[in-house]
Amino acid sequence: MTIEELEQLRIHEQARQQNLKNRIYCCSAAGCLSSGGHQVRQAIAEEIKAQGLEGEIEVCGTGCLGLCSRGPLVRSGKDDRLYGGLTPGDAAALVRSGPDAELKLDAKRMDTSAPFFSKQLKIVLANSGKVDPERIQDYIAAGGYQSLAKALTEMTPQEVIEEIKRSGLRGRGGAGYSTGIKWELVARQPVSPKYVVCNADEGDPGAFMDRSVLEGDPHRVLEGMALAGYALGAQQGYIYVRGEYALAIQRIQTAIKQAEREHLLGNRILETGFQFRIDVRIGAGAFVCGEETALIASIEGQRGQPKQRPPYPSESGLWNKPTLINNVETFANVPAIIERGADWFASIGTESSKGTKVFALAGRVRNTGLIEVPMGTPLRTILFDIGGGVPEGSEFKAAQTGGPSGGCIPAQHLDTPVDYESLQKIGSIMGSGGLIVMDSTSCMVDVARFFMEFCMDESCGKCIPCRAGTVQMHEILERITKGQASLDDVDMLEQLAALLKEASLCGLGQTAPNPVLSTLQYFREEYEAHIKERRCPAGRCHIATAEEEVRR
Amino acid sequence: MTQTQTSTHSNTVPKDNREKMLERAMSRYNYSGDALIEVLHTAQELYGYLTPELLSTIARKLKLPPSRVLGVTTFYHFFSLTPKGEHSFIVCTGTACYVKGAQALLDKLTHRCRCKPGATSADGKISVAAARCIGSCSLAPAVIYDGKILARVTPEQLDAELDRIGVQ
Repeated sequence: MTIEELEQLRIHEQARQQNLKNRIYCCSAAGCLSSGGHQVRQAIAEEIKAQGLEGEIEVCGTGCLGLCSRGPLVRSGKDDRLYGGLTPGDAAALVRSGPDAELKLDAKRMDTSAPFFSKQLKIVLANSGKVDPERIQDYIAAGGYQSLAKALTEMTPQEVIEEIKRSGLRGRGGAGYSTGIKWELVARQPVSPKYVVCNADEGDPGAFMDRSVLEGDPHRVLEGMALAGYALGAQQGYIYVRGEYALAIQRIQTAIKQAEREHLLGNRILETGFQFRIDVRIGAGAFVCGEETALIASIEGQRGQPKQRPPYPSESGLWNKPTLINNVETFANVPAIIERGADWFASIGTESSKGTKVFALAGRVRNTGLIEVPMGTPLRTILFDIGGGVPEGSEFKAAQTGGPSGGCIPAQHLDTPVDYESLQKIGSIMGSGGLIVMDSTSCMVDVARFFMEFCMDESCGKCIPCRAGTVQMHEILERITKGQASLDDVDMLEQLAALLKEASLCGLGQTAPNPVLSTLQYFREEYEAHIKERRCPAGRCHIATAEEEVRR
Repeated sequence: MTQTQTSTHSNTVPKDNREKMLERAMSRYNYSGDALIEVLHTAQELYGYLTPELLSTIARKLKLPPSRVLGVTTFYHFFSLTPKGEHSFIVCTGTACYVKGAQALLDKLTHRCRCKPGATSADGKISVAAARCIGSCSLAPAVIYDGKILARVTPEQLDAELDRIGVQ
């Protein structure tokens, strides 16, 4: 396909969609599918057939519509209305128009001016709910692959890197390293071949941003990777996806085939000299493979065990060649930056954190789902305006960010703006974007124990501080939750935490103590209640009474 | 170690074809050792689980030491060396599900099926496993029952289902 043909396809598909009487977008992300979204879509398709409206009204799947807790969700394209909690019985009213149908659907219509929608800003998720992820034409009609065309014809690789650098984009996987500088480091290496790797091994429990992006807009990630390939002089890319994400794997594989067929990937991309292939590698269920050197080992077909850095992957990565590793969300930001310019991107967010961040909102909160907000949005806005607060009758206790590497943020820090530095200052991290709300029913010691159990199970066993330290810390936490610990144990916990942080080989061990340290910092009284008074304030832990102890 | 497999692969492929399909998968990667994980994925999809014979065949064909093949197989939670039960329950124990009571679900299953997470009941009927977040946090607590995601599950619901499929 040439650039002119890409433009023609865009105009043609846009016109085709505009000529339809209506296009009904059914959310086909995993959340809505498992609450019956597939049946709703089928019923709509049958209804269109029954009414003889094929060619006039179209039904298609689309990426995550956001408010997963109200699924299955459907967006009616013509009047841009959003409906939730649908059943197959609503299909007739959705297809038919007119006052009767509107009246029937009124109760299920969602107010899109509500804070859940109005306080968000969508860059990465811009196409979610607007394109069918299984059709490349949809992505092209929405302006897709235009950034790649622009870069290939109007920009030098160095200019692409400059643009990314100037935008202030930072890695969305959690650590927040400058993306532009990372690209430059790889580009500067005199060695070839070079590789581009997309880290889609989203392992943090409670995080489903990457899954949603891959499921809802796979071509955006491919375009971002191709842009990186052009900037770095790489010809081969890999997407390393969690084996658990069957639907995401299927969607990304379909997208690659389509892009190759249209010469947007492969040899002679857009009839220029640039070539870039992308292959999918499927993970096999090891959390540590999210660490970049472990991920590389896994792509090479080995046990996913991390290596000492330096050398960093940018110097010596996949098959000892210079390798760029970025997260899904990072790549998904790239086409928008090339399209709209670094200045536009840098105008969003805070001084040091630019752009937006996608969060997976879950736990004890009313509106669970997928959201995207500008960097610097206060936590309170996210949890209470967008999330709708905790369920009635309970009280907010903490928000957990960063999964097993992060921390718990208490109510007194609710006004903290969400950016890399501010979260670090209060003992948590941005992480990849899992945001779990806890209320009075959650015991913070138990939460710390839960995360430590996770790290203990997932430790790869290569370095001793992590392999043995997580076991010891878990054992102490377990004793505290059973009411069998002394205050000395808390001191020991703190000592072990410092040791793991200092001496572990990779990020897994270095950050494993974070949930313990942050709960000790803000909820020490809960630890003390378990130890001194042998009671769990949240009533979650089973602490044997003195009589039961004697009986044992 | 707990298992994190989210889909149960049925043995729908005719027996004689399986060998051929595995061979084709290996030749697609030019019998390269780098493709070990891909080949193991294919083998498990075809056979349901990985037998010692399968592993040694793969080691021979990819020219890898058997120790390396076994090492990789046991490192990753996804690969299973034992056959799966007739039915499988995978309880998500991600943070959101945990906060919303996944432990009670896991306790219910392990108690009634009398087997630990990651194992299969003695009669070979039920496999119980705990998964590390299946990314369906808005449906918490979630259970994958025979490959289908159940949302907002209660222990009572599990009881009813276990009764229905005849677990004592």
